[in-house]
Amino acid sequence: MPTPSQNILLAVLLVITSTGTQTQEVNLVSVEQLQKAIIEDESKIQVINFWATWCAPCVKEMPLFEKLHLSDGRVHVRLVSMDMDLDPNPVKVMAFVRRKKLLSEVLILNEKNPPNGWIDRIEKTWSGALPATLIVNNRNGKRRFIERQLQEGELEKLIDEVNK
Amino acid sequence: MWKGWILLGVLSAALTAFMPSFTGYEIGDTATDFKLKNVDGKSVSLGDYKDAKGFILVFDCNTCPYSKAYNSRIIALNDKYVSKGYPLIAINASDNSSPGESSDDNINKAKKHSYKFPYLTDETQEIARAYGATNTPHVFVLNRSRQGFRVAYIGTIDDNARNPDNVTRRFVEDAVDALLSEKEVPVKKTKAIGCTIKWKPA
Repeated sequence: MPTPSQNILLAVLLVITSTGTQTQEVNLVSVEQLQKAIIEDESKIQVINFWATWCAPCVKEMPLFEKLHLSDGRVHVRLVSMDMDLDPNPVKVMAFVRRKKLLSEVLILNEKNPPNGWIDRIEKTWSGALPATLIVNNRNGKRRFIERQLQEGELEKLIDEVNK
Repeated sequence: MWKGWILLGVLSAALTAFMPSFTGYEIGDTATDFKLKNVDGKSVSLGDYKDAKGFILVFDCNTCPYSKAYNSRIIALNDKYVSKGYPLIAINASDNSSPGESSDDNINKAKKHSYKFPYLTDETQEIARAYGATNTPHVFVLNRSRQGFRVAYIGTIDDNARNPDNVTRRFVEDAVDALLSEKEVPVKKTKAIGCTIKWKPA
């Protein structure tokens, strides 16, 4: 068992390594910032996946988003971590991003469980269950929202639907 | 003859178009009774509770970190309200083939935490679908009326999953307290981030 001082040392080391060798920046955002980011870009179709490190179906479907990010220049993929709702420790999310070598943009939503707060502002039909995916085309206002784990090929179909 | 087939086609198209938009119960709806197996092997129905004024129905599961965070609060809700006529019933509706969610896992959890309330298995997931439960823990407060048990509150337990010490709004307690004093439930619906109910493959 590590002593308390060893634990602190470990935590400090983890922070240093997580910022030092990070393959990409992981930003904390508020709901306002996220909403603004979703609606302001008309040049690309916005694909926003809500996930958490503890959510097994989220982790399972993640490669679909990574593949989409690498293969389709028409889309902007954002993986929005909801981990902070339960555990206010972004280091865990950053370590996950590094371990999985994620290449899509990763954001951490810096909000917690609201009394009827921000979930509706992202999507009215969302119950709050994870995973959930929002696809928005700001040029024609079309959007799709799926509240479950996606299967191979579904993302491409949804993107075609909002692109019509 | 062919007219019949067209009609059938239109009807089934209308039905499939309608089905995904079904979102379960709204406030004021009469909730269906059920007959689900408890961890002791016996079946439990709402109808078994002749003296209950209502229920705190919790769709829960074993592995979800939100369920774990709320477990002691779920136990406390039953302790507080069972004697006041609002017993708690927990239901695990997760696909029981997913890791940690089998009937045996339910039995172990109930034993480990000395549950004094039923922990039922919704094996077909029909009850979760009928109620419109989506995540865990997802609470439905029911209140007895002449027509049956009416839905009085749907949502989360309180406003702080992270830390029970930092809770400022206790939605379920507020709802049951209001029903007990025959007042209007102050907040009838809430939403919270949580684990999805693990649905069986269609």
